Amino acid sequence: MPVALRSRSSRKIIGRIALYLAVAWFTFYAAFPFVWMLITAFKRNSDLYNVKNNPFLFNQPPTLEHMRLLFEGTPFLRWLWNTGFVGLMVVIITLVAAVPAGYSLARLARAWGRRLGIAIFLTYLVPPTLLFIPLSRVVAELRLQDNLWALVLVYPTFTIPFCTWLMMGFFKSIPGELEEAAMVDGCTRLAALRHIVLPISVAGILTVTIFAFALSMQEFTYALTFISPSSQKTVSIGVPTDLIRGDVFYWGSLMGGALVSAVPAAILYSLFLDRFIAGLTAGALK
Amino acid sequence: MAKIATAESYKVIRRGGITSDRWLGTFMLAPAILYIVLLVAGPLLFAIYLSVSNATTGEYTLEYVGLANFVRALQSSIFRTALANTFIFTIVSQIIVIIFGNMLALALQERFRGRSIVRFLILLPWATPVSLAAIGWKWMYDSLYSVVNWMLKAVHILGPTDFPQWLGFPSLAIPAVISVHVWRTFPFSAVVILAGLTSIPQETLDAASVDGAGFFHRLFYILLPMLLPIITVAVLFGTVFTFTDMGAVYILTAGGPFNSTHVLSSWAFQVGIVAGDLAQGAAVAVFMLPVLLVAAITMLRIASRETGV
Repeated sequence: MPVALRSRSSRKIIGRIALYLAVAWFTFYAAFPFVWMLITAFKRNSDLYNVKNNPFLFNQPPTLEHMRLLFEGTPFLRWLWNTGFVGLMVVIITLVAAVPAGYSLARLARAWGRRLGIAIFLTYLVPPTLLFIPLSRVVAELRLQDNLWALVLVYPTFTIPFCTWLMMGFFKSIPGELEEAAMVDGCTRLAALRHIVLPISVAGILTVTIFAFALSMQEFTYALTFISPSSQKTVSIGVPTDLIRGDVFYWGSLMGGALVSAVPAAILYSLFLDRFIAGLTAGALK
Repeated sequence: MAKIATAESYKVIRRGGITSDRWLGTFMLAPAILYIVLLVAGPLLFAIYLSVSNATTGEYTLEYVGLANFVRALQSSIFRTALANTFIFTIVSQIIVIIFGNMLALALQERFRGRSIVRFLILLPWATPVSLAAIGWKWMYDSLYSVVNWMLKAVHILGPTDFPQWLGFPSLAIPAVISVHVWRTFPFSAVVILAGLTSIPQETLDAASVDGAGFFHRLFYILLPMLLPIITVAVLFGTVFTFTDMGAVYILTAGGPFNSTHVLSSWAFQVGIVAGDLAQGAAVAVFMLPVLLVAAITMLRIASRETGV
């Protein structure tokens, strides 16, 4: 009996060690590029571009030179503004289309509601890399080339399907008796929706807002296709294309720009990730 | 008495409600459906039409030319490389992602100190815009100051005189691109699988433990079979995201060296937008459709099997 116990506890210790090793490796793999961005962004060029130096140490004092170039020598603030503007407009369009559609699929569309919902969701699988060529013709016809409104027009094509699906799931989780009770008391459905359903759906609407914003901030293909002047770029194309002049890469500023724009977005995104996952896996998990 | 009246009036509302509900339902769905029809379904059909036409960016010609663009695409060796790469990148990265995703999900299911911080750090790659992540990796694989090489030397995997040019040779650039795809998608797959793991009742596993099933026995005979639908979903999304992605390749290698790392999307961009041959570009992109169709059908089957629609 003591022998069995010992082997069990030693097995537990081995399991624990394996667990910590796995966690350490995955954390390193995932987070290392960001650590390296952070170090690069504040290192002097003479320190950075010296193969003899240990790249993880500041052999010379840190510098804000790269950040100054980023904020003063490039339209970085403008790109942030553009990204925010496009994101906001996309959020508005997405909410206007996806919230009512989600409600309609969850409550009003009876037999065909779920099928239509799945069909809408599947359009999320049609990638920008398949649509950018025909859409470039559409954008050209509308004279929206090199214009942020081209992105505002096109980004809802991937936010609406996904957010409609999320909202449908969200409305389904609210008991229908709530509105029916209000309607028995003489409310119209729209009034019930406004006064009863929407107030308790704030969490769902907030989730959809975050995702529409995050997805439009991450987008690269359409922005690259439709926008070429520096002043109209978003961060996702501005940082990796404008800080390279000929063969010269401004690595310090590049990493600074990537870090400054990626980390806040990542924080916001990861706070809502569980709902995102729940939306994607609805159906496979029951 | 009051109760009956309520039930009566309820019925009246329901009866009057059905027609107005139908009208309202259609009305509320209309904006989303319109958007999708006009800007997804329409352009998708237009892409297919472009691929059998002779359209270019400058001119407004749109004549039917049959399968000429597809034939021309297949004759190009760059296209054939791009087609092969798209599959290689997707299949290799997704195999690694399934393994990493399962390992990480199993690890994150345990309780340990700092778990929430670890979870946040691991999710960073997934939440970061692809182009910004790719530029970070490009710097890590730099030809002169690669920090990856420095670390590999520090742990003596590389000798002091070795200096692999990660993005300079096809045989190294391909694993480099795959490493970025794995990095980007494994957090997502881990979180999805973790969601599946937490939905498995603990009693099932405890019962197996009591019956003497070891870790690997439980893993292969209980956990993985029960997780199969959710793993399929994770793999499907990972596949679609990797298969259709252009940012990673475009930023990391721009298709180089010697056009050896192009994928369908980056080659379609090069041909259709940069060179302005819309029809040819559309034909290249349309080669993605069969895989996307398979993914959509599989997803549909999973969804309908689970809910019986």
